[in-house]
Amino acid sequence: MTRLRTAALVGNPNAGKSALFNALTGARQKIANYPGVTVERKAGRMFLPSGEPVELIDLPGSYSLDPASPDEEVTRQVVQGDFPGEPVPDVLVVVVDAANLEQHLVFAQELIALGRPTVVALNMVDMAERDGLVLDADALSAALGVPVISTVAVRKRGIEALVEAMGDAEKQDLSARHEVAGQSLPERRLAARNMTRGAILSEDSKHRLHAKLDKVLLHPWLGPPILFALLFIIFQAVFAWATPFADALDGGITALIGLVEGAMPAGVVRDFITEGVLTGVGSVVVFLPQIVILFAFILAMEQSGYMARAAFIMDRLMAYVGLSGRSFIPLLSSFACAIPGIMATRSIADPKDRLTTILVAPLMTCSARLPVYAVIIAAFIPATTVGPGIGLQGLVLFGLYVAGIVGAMVAALVLRRTVAKGGASGFIMEMPRYQMPPLRDMAIGLWQRAWVFLRRAGTIIFIATIALWVLLSFPKAEPGESQIDASIAGHVADGMHVILSPIGFNREISLAIIPAMAAREVAVSALATTYAVEGADEEEEAQGLIPRLQAGWSLPTALAFLAWFVFAPQCISTIAVAKRETNGWKWPIFMLVYLFGAAYVFAGLTYWSAVALGL
Amino acid sequence: MENDLTLDLLAPLERAEIVHVDWSALAPDEGKRLRAMGIDAGARVAIAHRGIFVGKDPIALMVGRMNVAIRRVHARAMTVRLV
Repeated sequence: MTRLRTAALVGNPNAGKSALFNALTGARQKIANYPGVTVERKAGRMFLPSGEPVELIDLPGSYSLDPASPDEEVTRQVVQGDFPGEPVPDVLVVVVDAANLEQHLVFAQELIALGRPTVVALNMVDMAERDGLVLDADALSAALGVPVISTVAVRKRGIEALVEAMGDAEKQDLSARHEVAGQSLPERRLAARNMTRGAILSEDSKHRLHAKLDKVLLHPWLGPPILFALLFIIFQAVFAWATPFADALDGGITALIGLVEGAMPAGVVRDFITEGVLTGVGSVVVFLPQIVILFAFILAMEQSGYMARAAFIMDRLMAYVGLSGRSFIPLLSSFACAIPGIMATRSIADPKDRLTTILVAPLMTCSARLPVYAVIIAAFIPATTVGPGIGLQGLVLFGLYVAGIVGAMVAALVLRRTVAKGGASGFIMEMPRYQMPPLRDMAIGLWQRAWVFLRRAGTIIFIATIALWVLLSFPKAEPGESQIDASIAGHVADGMHVILSPIGFNREISLAIIPAMAAREVAVSALATTYAVEGADEEEEAQGLIPRLQAGWSLPTALAFLAWFVFAPQCISTIAVAKRETNGWKWPIFMLVYLFGAAYVFAGLTYWSAVALGL
Repeated sequence: MENDLTLDLLAPLERAEIVHVDWSALAPDEGKRLRAMGIDAGARVAIAHRGIFVGKDPIALMVGRMNVAIRRVHARAMTVRLV
């Protein structure tokens, strides 16, 4: 039996590797992690002209084989055959950007010098031509000593020729390669310059579209307003456009629950499926529309090249709290959900920067907090105006968002000076050329990210909700006793109430925040359940939650509850993702302790000041 | 020292060549990354854009056909001469 052949795409960042990977493998891709590191391993299946299947892996973009980040270390180890359990690729496909050839040939020479069967994909030749640069692939091939194929990955141009060259690569004569091995960086740089000059057929530097766009988008006075306008549109889209889809999903889940209730006899198994699995997993799935919309914007920003400009604009502000422009993207994502936000921190090379960003990401007001804020604000904040067109309720909501941002900034400042202390974090980032985001690559990227989110959050929340359901459902209540009081969670709530009563929390709140560990918005349904269960008759049960809250809670208690939710890490999925991304329990536990501590202190301060003010 | 013009002092679009980089002033990985990007002694550079906030930080540096965002602290470690 012959083993499956392998090939690897390798090259500089922004060489168009991912688009080429999509063009070669279509949607047949598998995304996982390299064991022990939080670097994504993207693999897919392609076929040589002979029909032979090949496993193609897309290695993290690198500038050289002398790694400056964990991503680059993985690339180095895989191409040199040092990565445990990862076979040395039979064929290396070195991807270079035609419009940035002089730079990309430096790393290409280093890869060719490894002496392995190699093909160079001279990618994005159309973009180079747009910039007025016409290149001779044959001349470059002669200079490099390996086949060079011109490609335009996003339009699938040159893909057939590239696959053919990959099929023939193992017949290459490798003996001459050793001449270039052991060259120094300046030597390779000089050679890259000469080879580039030798390959240029014509050059005219008139059409530099990106320079013109940068003039506007990085303009000192126009750039930031454009960025903030874009962010405003994204927020509008995430919260307004997603609603009908989220409602539809919610309705679907409710219908499914009804279906199961109709089809199965009442009992523990049915309760487990409806109250545990469907309700729990459903509570995460309803966020999918928001996350997909947010990802669509983020992908479009990344693939168009604008994201690097956004990071550039935000860098100075982030620097005040010891972070860099690279933290901007993860923190922006965290406004929809901290899970994709924390996953997006992988692009931050500096480990201390990355850790700080992970630790403060849960302070960004994620969409799961909105249902909680909405109910409490509707119940306790009067719908009056405090100025022309400024409603008090909206102002309080805005204040809660600002409290989260300020909290995150202060936390980052403190963390960077204490537990995540490190040298001044730098910001070195290549700003890619602008391009229209290719729809196909957008669609594949969107599908992959949505799937990764569903799988990760889904499995974690599945287990968490089962655990919580067990805590809330057992032991079974005696007749006349409420199920929640009798349950393990009810007894835990009694204990917690002792700790939480000084900050104004009543027993119902103590109880509601236990299931809300699964997801924050569960607090609303948990409160509804608690009050409904305690109702003496059906009429009381039917009474809406809002009047019950108004009757049962004081204003200071309600405000303390809001302050609690600004900080409290009430999301098991976030903790679990933080554990994965930091490779251990140390930092997620730290995150739990500091955020619950902050939640307690700020809820307390809110409660005590409100009481002192006589509210 | 006869030449003490550092990269951060260049006016936008003023062309210069890096003559010396004080690598000891930079974190090792950052130095490695800058060298790999071709930001090293001998490179022809120009500042394309600067941030608007205090210190006009960061800096978008043109090097070859690439634009690279760096911080002012990096630029200050690089001695340049106008070309």
